[in-house]
Amino acid sequence: MLTKLYDWVDERLDITPMWRDLADHEVPEHVNPAYHFSAFVYCFGGLTFFTIVIQILSGMFLTMYYVPDINNAWDSVFYLQNKVAYGQIVRGMHHWGASLTIVMVFLHTLRVFFTGAYKKPRELNWIVGVLLFFIILGLGFTGYLLPWDMKALFATKVGLQIAASVPFIGNWIEVLLQGSDIVGAQTLARFFAIHVFFLPAALLGLLAAHFIMIRKQGISGPL
Amino acid sequence: MSNKEHDVTRRQFLNYTLTGVGGFMAAGMLMPMVRFAVDPLLQNKKTGKMVSVVSVDELTDQPQRKTFKVKKVDGWHEFEEQKIAYVFKKKNGDIMALSPICTHLGCTVNWNDPAYPNEYHCPCHGGRYTKTGINIPGTPPPAPLHVYDMKVKDGTVYLGDAHPRGGA
Repeated sequence: MLTKLYDWVDERLDITPMWRDLADHEVPEHVNPAYHFSAFVYCFGGLTFFTIVIQILSGMFLTMYYVPDINNAWDSVFYLQNKVAYGQIVRGMHHWGASLTIVMVFLHTLRVFFTGAYKKPRELNWIVGVLLFFIILGLGFTGYLLPWDMKALFATKVGLQIAASVPFIGNWIEVLLQGSDIVGAQTLARFFAIHVFFLPAALLGLLAAHFIMIRKQGISGPL
Repeated sequence: MSNKEHDVTRRQFLNYTLTGVGGFMAAGMLMPMVRFAVDPLLQNKKTGKMVSVVSVDELTDQPQRKTFKVKKVDGWHEFEEQKIAYVFKKKNGDIMALSPICTHLGCTVNWNDPAYPNEYHCPCHGGRYTKTGINIPGTPPPAPLHVYDMKVKDGTVYLGDAHPRGGA
């Protein structure tokens, strides 16, 4: 049945070469933990992507209940966590997954750094990777405000003060992020928009560039 | 028409016009959205109205903790913000009102904490200030406590916005 369906599509669109291109490629021995166990460090990039997929999926589901409004945000989070079936699990996935993503991104960066994989011809991919790191930190920062509890509020106040300490343009950055002269209704709406639309869009675009480049250039050689 | 004086080929001409029209379309699309996003930057700042806080007779040379409410507008949300001021008379008789927001990371400082008498002490990272709000060297705060705009009318102290003071 499935084969027939596949053949039907393949006959019309010739999809076999496409997915071969995507999935059918050799993993060199020096990055394969089956040969050298220590090669597990080469899995960190893929594991980062895995945690990002979890973040995107759990985040999409959280927005079914979450409301980015100062009067309702905290209650909507309380409701989705405590009254909705599996709410604790889904919010937990997003909460713990956020920290895990940052840890994995950091480990991946360390691996790339210490194996010298950023060197010519892969400098551009390193740069895109650093941008991805900043985007992920931005997602962590904007997401932290959304539960709208005391910890979120004061963490954001401190974070915005740090942003405001940038020379010359600091105060502009602060107002632009804050959307107001205080951390309030407009800040929450803005952070939600940035967290859910702007940064994920940038993240997906840069991830695509990251992956296209690694496929084009291949995995760097053994040490 | 001869093409000798005007060295523009048909291909170039079409490239320029297409880029131009495309640029206009992109700008027409982006301009409203960008202006929309940066609106908070360009809105006029309203300076806060002065609010009556305390009667002059009550003031001594010891800082007193006074709370007062300020009307705030945050986009579509209007509310009253509770503010704190430490108000006292300086040696020369001038009235001074200090904001208790620690200049280190924004916690609220306390006056005359039993462990730190005659000082402002910040519970978060141990920042300390003298009575007039000058940060004590060797503690985290980088600047003195901010000072409220102040005026006295009919024996009552009115406070406005808090500002950093020049120098240290």
